[in-house]
Amino acid sequence: MDHQVDDSGRRRSTVGLVVNPIAGMGGRVGLGGTDGDARLRRARELGAEPAAPRLAALALGRLAPLRDRLTVLVAPGPMGAAVSAGLGLATTVLGAPPAAATSAADSRAAATAIAAAGADLLLFAGGDGTARDIHDAIGGAVPVLGVPAGVKMYSGVFARNAAAAGDAALDFLSAPGPGRLRAAEVVDVDEDADGPGRVRLYGELRVPAERSRLLAAKSRGAGDAEADLDRLAAAVVAEMEPGRLYLLGPGTTIGRIKERLGVDGGPLSVDAVLDRAAVGSGLGEAGLLALLDQHPRASALLGVVGGQGSLLGRGNQQLSAAVLRRLGADNLTVLAAADKLLALQTQRLHVDTGDPEVDRMLSGYRRVRVAPGRTIVIEVGT
Amino acid sequence: MSNGGRERRYRAPIWDEPIVMEMGAPGRRGFVPPATDPELAAATGPREDLVPAAMRRAEPPALPELTEFEVQRHYLHLAQETLGMLGVNLFGTCTMKYNPRLGEHLTARPEIAAVHPLQDEDTMQGTLAAIHGLDLILRELSGMDQFVFQAGGGADAAYTNTCVTRAYYAARGELERRDEVITTIQAHPCNAATAAAAGFKVVTLTLEEDGYPSVEQLRAAVSERTAALMVTNPDDMGIYNPHIKEWVEIVHAAGGLCFYDHANFNGVMGKLRARELGFDACMYMLHKTFGAPKGGGGPAVGAYGCAAELVPFLPRPLVRREGGRFRLERDAPQSVGKVREFWGNVPQIVKAYGWARAMGGDGIEAASDLSVLANNYMEDRLLAIRGVTKSHPQIGARRLEMTRYSLGTLTEETGVTVLDVENRMVDYGVDAPWLSHEPWIVPEPFTPEPGELWSIEDIDYWIDTLARVCEEAYADPELVKTAPHEQVIHRLDAARIDDPDYWATTWRAYLRKHGPRDRVPAGASGA
Repeated sequence: MDHQVDDSGRRRSTVGLVVNPIAGMGGRVGLGGTDGDARLRRARELGAEPAAPRLAALALGRLAPLRDRLTVLVAPGPMGAAVSAGLGLATTVLGAPPAAATSAADSRAAATAIAAAGADLLLFAGGDGTARDIHDAIGGAVPVLGVPAGVKMYSGVFARNAAAAGDAALDFLSAPGPGRLRAAEVVDVDEDADGPGRVRLYGELRVPAERSRLLAAKSRGAGDAEADLDRLAAAVVAEMEPGRLYLLGPGTTIGRIKERLGVDGGPLSVDAVLDRAAVGSGLGEAGLLALLDQHPRASALLGVVGGQGSLLGRGNQQLSAAVLRRLGADNLTVLAAADKLLALQTQRLHVDTGDPEVDRMLSGYRRVRVAPGRTIVIEVGT
Repeated sequence: MSNGGRERRYRAPIWDEPIVMEMGAPGRRGFVPPATDPELAAATGPREDLVPAAMRRAEPPALPELTEFEVQRHYLHLAQETLGMLGVNLFGTCTMKYNPRLGEHLTARPEIAAVHPLQDEDTMQGTLAAIHGLDLILRELSGMDQFVFQAGGGADAAYTNTCVTRAYYAARGELERRDEVITTIQAHPCNAATAAAAGFKVVTLTLEEDGYPSVEQLRAAVSERTAALMVTNPDDMGIYNPHIKEWVEIVHAAGGLCFYDHANFNGVMGKLRARELGFDACMYMLHKTFGAPKGGGGPAVGAYGCAAELVPFLPRPLVRREGGRFRLERDAPQSVGKVREFWGNVPQIVKAYGWARAMGGDGIEAASDLSVLANNYMEDRLLAIRGVTKSHPQIGARRLEMTRYSLGTLTEETGVTVLDVENRMVDYGVDAPWLSHEPWIVPEPFTPEPGELWSIEDIDYWIDTLARVCEEAYADPELVKTAPHEQVIHRLDAARIDDPDYWATTWRAYLRKHGPRDRVPAGASGA
């Protein structure tokens, strides 16, 4: 990217904004979401008012301290321009106005145009559905950050609230760089399903790693948590026992191990290695059971899904009750960033395998590896 | 403001002087020695030859040339630009105490100031008596059998413990197997860090409903691999773990050692003895709890005490009393050696000894009561401030000498962070609060600790200042976010704070990275 520099020698920044103006409307009137035309129509009939534009303006307003060196890129009308107007920020409007009733296609088109124009960061206001649209349009091309404005926000790409999103964007834009980014999960929750199978991993986006303000003040690098996980992945690979089967769960943390081993079934895949070589990729329950038949001495390496503290039963249903019974509770190794673990609301991890007996077997206090030689004990329950 | 307190005007002095390296002029001198007496010169030869040629500088050092007066004035001005460190300071976990002038006078006497650790023991019996005297007082407070004062701070004492633990298991042939140290998430992080530095794996227990890990969680973590438990009690939550004796029994039953980090001793001093709870070792910080000065990684002392079983492994020398005479036991076959040179910071030991003798046992207990009382008084007032919450508010137990608070609500509602509030508080001539140890488990944390020193007027003034800054945050967030306004310098731009090409810690590095100073570094502008 080619960055301009202003008169005082400070770098100019560019932030994109995509607002899904209908996000969250379903939630206020008791619908499980606002996906699909029928749900939206019903939400409008029930008197739902759009909240996303207000929340997006709140977040964007936090960037005021950068006003002398910031350009905002927006889609026309309610998807952006209507929100940024009046905030006193230099704004460039991209593309033609969308139809009155905006669609997922409009979100994707806006994100694509903003990425093409060279944004340092894309802020989007919406929920999990909007996150998936952004993911489909631009993938990891541009760092993104979600302003939580939807009904469901299980993805790890959202800030705690709109104000926090603006503050995190301000912090990132003040000192951007690839070292300040982390991968975060985008998930898809099936509103019509129940129990295990409701949540599945959809993909990954790059978001600003929330730099603890203490770190900024104490001049420690922002990448400590990332470095811990990388060193941990290296240690786990080095410790792998010959002749033991290792099942590698989905997610970004275990992805570091897969990367080192050259096994890449994608972020959603359960893969298997033996003697550090792939023996299966994209495995389902049947494939895993077949491998376990051949190699009864086996371990599974698992990450923690999202901010909800889910260990099993969300996005890794391939590791079914039958597979877990075969593995045994002692052969599960959990890896997570210490920050992620300690940020969990409940300070607990959850299992939901659909089999109460297996859930019980997995419950109790468990060590989670957070760096080489460092574990944190945390309670696991249903 | 409450309690008849009056908001006091404050404005920090701004001198904006150049770096000392840029000051002065060629030929200026602070001290000009007389010319060498001709007779002396004849006897010694040219003074240039007194230093061997190989050790002589080819060029004189590039030092600034100033008069003594100019140097004094410059450093006096710098001393006035310390962001108000002489205000009210409730700096949590540091247990701020007044350092009596008497201690300075005593340690300036030649018997302390001029003593050399290698001089004959017979010529420093008084110094050794003071060290032994404090050892006996700390034994009385802890129930331990021996203290050593070598460690240069609390973390160094924790490190001493991990070295002693390692030596203890090595001597028993168990070191290979016992490779884990257990600690808790709100224990001082030096426990985990020093265990790792000594080669142990670290197992960290997490908080549960009562504000500390449950006995069951400890049981799940303890095994035949457990080398030691290293805990603070109360930890930064300020809640005393009443099951601590059971904890110690569980670890002992598994063959592990137990270390009580008394970083937060103020809340319990005189109330309990680590040894009576079963602990094998403990640590006090003389520069915090015992009234000796602290300062910039300098003159600190971590007093490490242990039970008789561990004494063979302690660093040496130890001061021993034999037949009314003090001597130094300079070595022992199983000693871990040294964790620092010589005997530690002797002037600090003498000051702490003086403090402890002046306080007496009753005084120490009363100080503990006062600090708990002051903290609970403060809590009631802090929680009445809009935007302030207490960490883990659902836990009903009273906090002892301090606890952690959060400005998370204030930040969500106004965008003003705890760092902004710190920057604004110093505009009123009080010191900013200390925030939190790592890891931050509550958002926008801060941890004030009133201790026994501050008067109720001081505590009220500090709380009034925080209340006022929180009001400002709601009324005019920009005012707080752009603070400080009355201070020596404005805030630094943190954007490049971790960029080694930008920051210089010496003048030479500065010149190398930035060239001569016609360019003032961006973000370091004056107020």
